Amino acid sequence: MEKQQAAIYLNSVTYRAGEKEILHEITGTFAKGKITSVIGPSGAGKTTLFRLCNGLLSPDSGRIQIDGRDILSLDPISLRRQVGIVLQQATMLEGSVRDNLALPLQLAGEDLSEEEAARIVQEVGLDTDILDRDSKSLSGGQKQKVSIARTLLNRPQILLLDEITSSLDRVSKQDIEKLILQINREYGTTVIWITHNLEQAKAVADQVWVMMTGEVVEAGTADLLDHPEKEAVKQFVKEEEA
Amino acid sequence: MSFLALLLTLIFVLIPLILSKTLRLGLEKDTLIATVRSIIQLFAVGYVLQFIFESENMLYIFLMVTLMIGAATQNARKKGASIKGITWKLVLTFVVIEVLTQGILLGLQITPPTAQYIIPLSGMVIGNSMVLGILFLNRFTSEVASRREETELILSLGGTPKQAIQKSLLASIKASTIPTIESQKTIGLVQLPGMMSGQIIAGADPLKAVMFQLLILFLLLTTAIVTSIMLGFLSYPTKFTERMQMIE
Ligand SMILES: Nc1ncnc2c1ncn2[C@@H]1O[C@H](COP(=O)(O)OP(=O)(O)OP(=O)(O)O)[C@@H](O)[C@H]1O
Ligand SMILES: [Mg+2]
Repeated sequence: MEKQQAAIYLNSVTYRAGEKEILHEITGTFAKGKITSVIGPSGAGKTTLFRLCNGLLSPDSGRIQIDGRDILSLDPISLRRQVGIVLQQATMLEGSVRDNLALPLQLAGEDLSEEEAARIVQEVGLDTDILDRDSKSLSGGQKQKVSIARTLLNRPQILLLDEITSSLDRVSKQDIEKLILQINREYGTTVIWITHNLEQAKAVADQVWVMMTGEVVEAGTADLLDHPEKEAVKQFVKEEEA
Repeated sequence: MSFLALLLTLIFVLIPLILSKTLRLGLEKDTLIATVRSIIQLFAVGYVLQFIFESENMLYIFLMVTLMIGAATQNARKKGASIKGITWKLVLTFVVIEVLTQGILLGLQITPPTAQYIIPLSGMVIGNSMVLGILFLNRFTSEVASRREETELILSLGGTPKQAIQKSLLASIKASTIPTIESQKTIGLVQLPGMMSGQIIAGADPLKAVMFQLLILFLLLTTAIVTSIMLGFLSYPTKFTERMQMIE
């Protein structure tokens, strides 16, 4: 029953880089149509988990299902369009913002219309003037917004957002929070996002995963952060709030 | 040149030896080794060529070209150690270049089908192809490393490996071909190309020497671009797994 409602289901997923075990037997589900926050200290393996779900990496053992289908049975290209990822670095390709936004469509042999370009930048809270700016000249926050817009243009059913608010000011952070809620409500997109901000994690999520040293130490509804069970999680919450 | 004259040229070896000794540069040993090796290797090649020219047997020409391809592959493969199957990829590239250039030269009767033409021209084409191959592999390795994030971004958005690596590939093809083109722009202004000098000294008509030199220059343009494009398209798939993931 639970498995059928899973957008992503992980079963005992282990990932190694060389000798080092980066993820250790991760089991869990990301509920379909819900928003899940993933939190945890630096180096916990959060980004690695996302890269596995988007197919940029494959687990050394264990299985991943996307919408009930084994990830290995999906074509990598359609998988990556279905499970969109906004990478932590917000890498921009040389060229204008418009060129960057056109990328996902271009890769599929399509063009980005002017209306679509204007609509998407406004949706992420940017002015349409930005379309002609050189992408390398953008601020960190603007890059993050453009890279969200770029991934959204693939119309993913599942959206993985890796610390996309880290360079944003307070107002922009709130804009992005609203955007996440809006995407989730309007299109029913499953959103999973990594954040270092516990307030955000609680405010904009149905569920929370807490990861530490390659393992999921606690998972449940968002209010688990108010009264964590594990000592390590209590400690982490206390440090983050301080 | 007489044998005595050749002996006298050893003065040009003595000068560096004496200078190295007095200034304690420590170059004596390497200079001696280089001298002895060049004497032995060049005379050996000379005798082999003489033998082949006299026999006019196509089999020997074939063997000689095979040997050249083998040596070129041996030299270039170290630079491509990170690319799986680099050995056969180099061999294939050299064979295609050789067949293509000799095919045109002989097919259109630009040069006669004799060892005297085939062997030196093949040597130049394969030798240059080898240098180009090494240049390309060096550049490609560093381009791929420096554009890693970009490549991964394109993959993450549903691009194919070819789309993801296209920029690195084209940049390396371009960068490795440019020196060949650039060097031809100033050729003859600063120094005469080695082969042309040799021909002129050996008594050839300078204009004839120029015509041959041009033939070689144009040949090397094709060699440069075909080598880097072929190696590029043969190599890039080895940077990805079957699931279209980047390999370290
Ligand atoms: N290719 C790799 N080779 C070796 N180690 C790696 C590799 N990729 C990740 N790691 C290591 O794996 C661990 C988890 O990395 P990951 O990027 O998933 O952490 P994270 O939770 O996203 O951290 P952060 O909050 O800093 O982004 C880190 O210790 C990292 O150094
Ligand atoms: Mg990370």
